[in-house]
Amino acid sequence: MSDPVSVRRLGRGAAPYLLSLPSWAYLAAFFIIPLVSMLSMSLAKGNPLVGYAFAWNFAEFGKAVTQYNTQLIRSFWYGALSTFITLVITYPVAYWIAFYGGKHKGTFLFLILLPFFVSFVIRTLAWQFILSDQGLLLGTLKALHLLPKTTYVLSTPAAVVGGLVYNSVAYYILPLYVALEKVDRRVVRAAGDLYASPSATFWKVILPLSAPGIFAGFLLVFVTNVGDFVNAAVLGGPGTRMIGNIIQYNFFDAQNYPMAAALSSILMFLLILAIYLYARVFGAEQIQEYAA
Amino acid sequence: MPARPATSQPAPQGGAAPRPGSAPAAGNSQRMDVRLENVTKSYGPVTAVDDLSLVIESGEFFSLLGSSGCGKTTTLSMVGGFQEPTSGHIYLGGTDVSRLPPYKRDVNTVFQSYALFPHLTVAENVAFGLKRKKVPKSEIESRVAEMMRLVDLKGFENRKPALLSGGQQQRVALARALVNRPKLLLLDEPLGALDLKLRKQMQIELKRIQVEVGITFLYVTHDQEEAIVMSDRLAVMSKGKIEQVGPPSEVYDRPATEFVAGFLGASNMMWGEVSGQAGDYVAVKLDGGAVLQVPAAAAEGHGTRLRLGVRPEKISVLPVSEPAREGWNTLEGTVTLSVYTGIGHQYTIRDAAGHEFAAYVQNSEAARGPDRGEAVRIAWRPEHTFVVAPEQG
Repeated sequence: MSDPVSVRRLGRGAAPYLLSLPSWAYLAAFFIIPLVSMLSMSLAKGNPLVGYAFAWNFAEFGKAVTQYNTQLIRSFWYGALSTFITLVITYPVAYWIAFYGGKHKGTFLFLILLPFFVSFVIRTLAWQFILSDQGLLLGTLKALHLLPKTTYVLSTPAAVVGGLVYNSVAYYILPLYVALEKVDRRVVRAAGDLYASPSATFWKVILPLSAPGIFAGFLLVFVTNVGDFVNAAVLGGPGTRMIGNIIQYNFFDAQNYPMAAALSSILMFLLILAIYLYARVFGAEQIQEYAA
Repeated sequence: MPARPATSQPAPQGGAAPRPGSAPAAGNSQRMDVRLENVTKSYGPVTAVDDLSLVIESGEFFSLLGSSGCGKTTTLSMVGGFQEPTSGHIYLGGTDVSRLPPYKRDVNTVFQSYALFPHLTVAENVAFGLKRKKVPKSEIESRVAEMMRLVDLKGFENRKPALLSGGQQQRVALARALVNRPKLLLLDEPLGALDLKLRKQMQIELKRIQVEVGITFLYVTHDQEEAIVMSDRLAVMSKGKIEQVGPPSEVYDRPATEFVAGFLGASNMMWGEVSGQAGDYVAVKLDGGAVLQVPAAAAEGHGTRLRLGVRPEKISVLPVSEPAREGWNTLEGTVTLSVYTGIGHQYTIRDAAGHEFAAYVQNSEAARGPDRGEAVRIAWRPEHTFVVAPEQG
């Protein structure tokens, strides 16, 4: 018969794996299976009428890049630009709340997040209403003869990037706030003691110590924005189409599933590459270290 | 109010250790390093520091000693520039710095929590201040290396603070401050987070480093032993005021106030009435009836009703069979408690009037000490009797 002690030990050793089983099952069902099916669809052949079959067909990748490289590059450009602008806008706000919010930190955060309780699509449509040629903003300015009649904002890159920035604020401000809140005030005081002026204290101490928040916000915002299609669809025009719009078109309208899958795969690969490069440049080791 | 002036005068040093690295102190020409003039810090109705004046001399190891809330840390913060005095002035090397921010003062601080930069290596932490002062790179390198030697952390340059022990972090904090060669180094209970053994080691280490670099140290602590061991002079603080300033031996042997007598070491306190004078001594009749001899110089200025004290280790515990010692202050009593402490015995002795005395006796003699319940005589030299300003209330 087996030794009861070793049996108990085995049970104890297996417990963590057993307990994590539901998570593994979830991951398999909703992540790994769809991922494999997407990758296999990107290599399929056929047409909407007869359906698609797996065929090691790499041609869609080639077509995707040649046909849609403009939208791909534009997506990364809009994504990077909107992420950077969001960071620049939200950092001072998060900084102010974390350092000077006092007793009302929670209230301030709540006020900033309040608009985000409204549906994403409704909020974006509201911007369409505000920015339309005869809308609230432009219409009023034009009526007051402060703007020429021909001025427009919708359909321009500025409108799309602006929408992306607006919709990202909540996702960037929270990680930044958490990171800044964690910065040890005694360390900030020590910098002052060691002849660091307020600006040197910021650049040499506070900013590096808030790097985990910058990275976390970057992940959330950049990845979401590069793949976004709502802002470009609602606020943009033909000249501002992003890769998300193309995927949507290929999937729902053209029903060219291999192309949609190939574009999604390319997007995923490029995003992973971008995050890897970010982590390499700014040091993932350090990011993990502070986050710990 | 303490009967003696609470402010220090830059008087000739009694028991102060010699200070290498600083100019010989000679009369008025001696350089004043830190001067606080009538400094008050209030938070609304609460006064943390109350009209405090103090002079700390160049190259001195000076301690502010007191229990938490006595205003010692607030005083340190004002010298460091982290807080502004409500009124009064602070001078460093003759310049009024009362309203200057910390980064414009020639002062560095070793914080209780060390407050090392977690994202920088040990060497980068130490170099931080020099970089801000735009010291040339080659000089930074040599000064950092010199500091790493001084605090015995060679080989740890490229580690992050999180990978160091508490004692090592403490030494990085010290090196990071000292490398700037400040006029004054502030230390805010820097040994508080260390265990007892390490704390004892670091006391000696700090003293060695201070003597080696010759920088003025202003040290804040609630640990009386720490202050006594390291300081050239110390100030005992209570309720935002300085109770007494002086070399540790002077403050310990001649406490000015009842608070000091109780805070710095232990004391047996008595009330008595002056009943006569003979030469250098006055006779004081205790409330219990016994008469003690007290140095006239100590009693001077305290009136006729005196608060007397004697340190427990100054008391000899003698068998009643022995003849009383000539000229000593002697009381008779009974041992009510005897505690063995390893290096000696701690006795509690109740005299005829019901007053209890503590006495520490070292086990240096072959004879066994008295047992509980035994009648004994306690005696001490008259010059070991001190007179203090009684506590208010």
